[in-house]
Amino acid sequence: MNKITSLADLKKIKDQVQSRIKLRENSDSAETLVQIKVGMATCGIASGAKETMNFLIEETEHQAIDAVITQTGCMGFCYAEPTVEVTIPGKEPVIFGHVDKTKAREIIDRYIIKGELVDGIIPVAFRTIDE
Amino acid sequence: MSEYNMHILICGGTGCKASEGEEIRNRFLDLISEYGLEDEVQVVMTGCFGFCEKGPIVKMMPDKTFYVKVTPADADEIIREHIVKGRQVERLLFRDPVTGRPVSDTQHMHFYKKQIRIALRNCGFIDPENIDEYIARDGYQALGKCLTEMTPAQVIEEIKKSGLRGRGGGGFPTGLKWEITAHSPGEVKYVVCNADEGDPGAFMDRSILEGDPHSVIEAMAINGYCTGAANGLVYIRAEYPLAITRLKIAIGQAREYGLLGENILGTGFNFDIELRYGAGAFVCGEETALIHSMEGCRGEPTFKPPFPSQSGYMGKPTNVNNVETYANIPVIINKGSAWFASIGTEKSKGTKVFALAGKINNVGLIEVPMGTTLREVIYDIGGGIRGGKKFKAVQTGGPSGGMLTADFLDTPIDYDNLIAAGSMMGSGGMIVMDEDDCMVAIAKFYLEFTVEESCGKCAPCRIGNKRLHEILTRITEGKGGPEDMDRLSMLGNVIKDASLCGLGQTSPNPVLSSLKYFRNEYIAHVKDGQCPAGQCKALLKYMIIDDKCTGCTLCFRNCPVGAITGEKREVHFIDQSLCIKCGICYEKCKFGAIQLC
Repeated sequence: MNKITSLADLKKIKDQVQSRIKLRENSDSAETLVQIKVGMATCGIASGAKETMNFLIEETEHQAIDAVITQTGCMGFCYAEPTVEVTIPGKEPVIFGHVDKTKAREIIDRYIIKGELVDGIIPVAFRTIDE
Repeated sequence: MSEYNMHILICGGTGCKASEGEEIRNRFLDLISEYGLEDEVQVVMTGCFGFCEKGPIVKMMPDKTFYVKVTPADADEIIREHIVKGRQVERLLFRDPVTGRPVSDTQHMHFYKKQIRIALRNCGFIDPENIDEYIARDGYQALGKCLTEMTPAQVIEEIKKSGLRGRGGGGFPTGLKWEITAHSPGEVKYVVCNADEGDPGAFMDRSILEGDPHSVIEAMAINGYCTGAANGLVYIRAEYPLAITRLKIAIGQAREYGLLGENILGTGFNFDIELRYGAGAFVCGEETALIHSMEGCRGEPTFKPPFPSQSGYMGKPTNVNNVETYANIPVIINKGSAWFASIGTEKSKGTKVFALAGKINNVGLIEVPMGTTLREVIYDIGGGIRGGKKFKAVQTGGPSGGMLTADFLDTPIDYDNLIAAGSMMGSGGMIVMDEDDCMVAIAKFYLEFTVEESCGKCAPCRIGNKRLHEILTRITEGKGGPEDMDRLSMLGNVIKDASLCGLGQTSPNPVLSSLKYFRNEYIAHVKDGQCPAGQCKALLKYMIIDDKCTGCTLCFRNCPVGAITGEKREVHFIDQSLCIKCGICYEKCKFGAIQLC
């Protein structure tokens, strides 16, 4: 990593990162690249988020699904851990709750591959700082 | 990809499910096959929409129409009108409480979104171990803005204008604290982050550190710039290993980028952060005890003044703020104090994160504007009381707070209202209790905690709390007398007045507030020898219901003290003078013939 030595540098990095994300979204594979975030705070991990994440990585590889799987912090839905957010290109992100291996398979087979929704969606009911 | 054109989302939250969610779904499924729409419309159950008072809720996708109070009988009309003809069913739309006009979709329902995520803005969105994701969401922009465009005094002024108050519980104005530290003379000063979250049931700070560690790092650097400190210390409990790991990774990445260290962003400003681990003592959340613990001394509080802002870590001016307080800072700088001050109540600005726990359906982490009522938090966001039971009380502020009864459900939550109600904001634990909870036993539970956690330095806290606990134990064991109630309140008030630090000054709160709001429960314990909630075992009796007892002798054979007598195929009997209330007979009985009363 290079040092950031000025505010202009920082802005440049911000733009780079943002355009990298955009690029990812608009690349050739944009129609198939799925973004999956797994809530991996203590609460999630205690409920089995690690197993879920490993399974998602293995299964998407196994089925050759073009997906980026990252960890993130607590989404706040502790009653429904592990929680997973799936963004299919061109669609709004969807959060699923209680995602164990069985549910993860259902999400891959039905939501990611076929585009059908599956039970267990958590409606997002909060405002962000930009709203 | 599927051919489904439309989705019907039905709320499957515990609240809505109780009010016919499942039947609505079945009705929709029947109708869909009746109309031959199986290939076009999919019915999906979701989690709680957080609008339970208007449930059951049905949301139509992709047009986001939001139907409230839907009954199975309404399904027909929704299919006929909405799906077949493409017309909204107006009578099922939510009406704006102000204008009375129907609101068609969730995008226009801002008031439906009770939560605003400021401190939690990045939690659950970014990868906490990747600094680039933080930067992409305006991370470190606030630090850059402060260092290049603002003087320290201007930054402090901005924080003061925002009205931000300490989120650790006390509610001291943050800007003022920064100003005092900035004005305290000294070459060396320190910035401390209090991550010693110790309330039972509270996990807000942990979640912020695990989900968005950079926001705390950035804010500490801004504080260093304002107060003239070059050293930051995070006091974090060793029981938070994941938060420690992520914080370490984040500090490492910030150093690599030069956002911590020397000559930050080429402005000549130096700042770095180190971690200090706490061993998990509750009292070390008190700032003077925290500082002594960091110095390697015993974690005991000392008298204030001098305040840490004047003489803190190693006798130097030290600014101590809590994790959540810091997490708000970058947003205030980026979006301006006016924006922040527009949220909340007159004297409490912004939002507060609460860890919602206890007998509630949607246990979780929530962030609501100050001034939101308990009713909204419990019923709209929390999905109501588990198992459809009756709400009894909510405990805020953990062992330092008090209980709020149903009378306070419509009180807007802010610092001053909670104190007026005999509780406090605390760091943000919110534990919900239902009709099955015994308030005397709950007060005893919290006292057990404070007795355990009292550092022992001052007598009122060390001895007084112990005595309070003894009296409560006596009451829950059925050995209390009516005079015990007066003893509790007198002793409680002495401890409050005479203790050295915040721990002792607040520890009698659970007792005093339960005594005030649930006096009848205490009376039932001491005068009638009963526990109305059926929790205090010593006050309960195991009885055999004659009609149900088959005389199988199972209880007789399992009773460890021989308190049960009876012949084969005849009704058995429990001798109360011998019974030790172990409950084995209750568990063993296959006919439900043993009851607790």
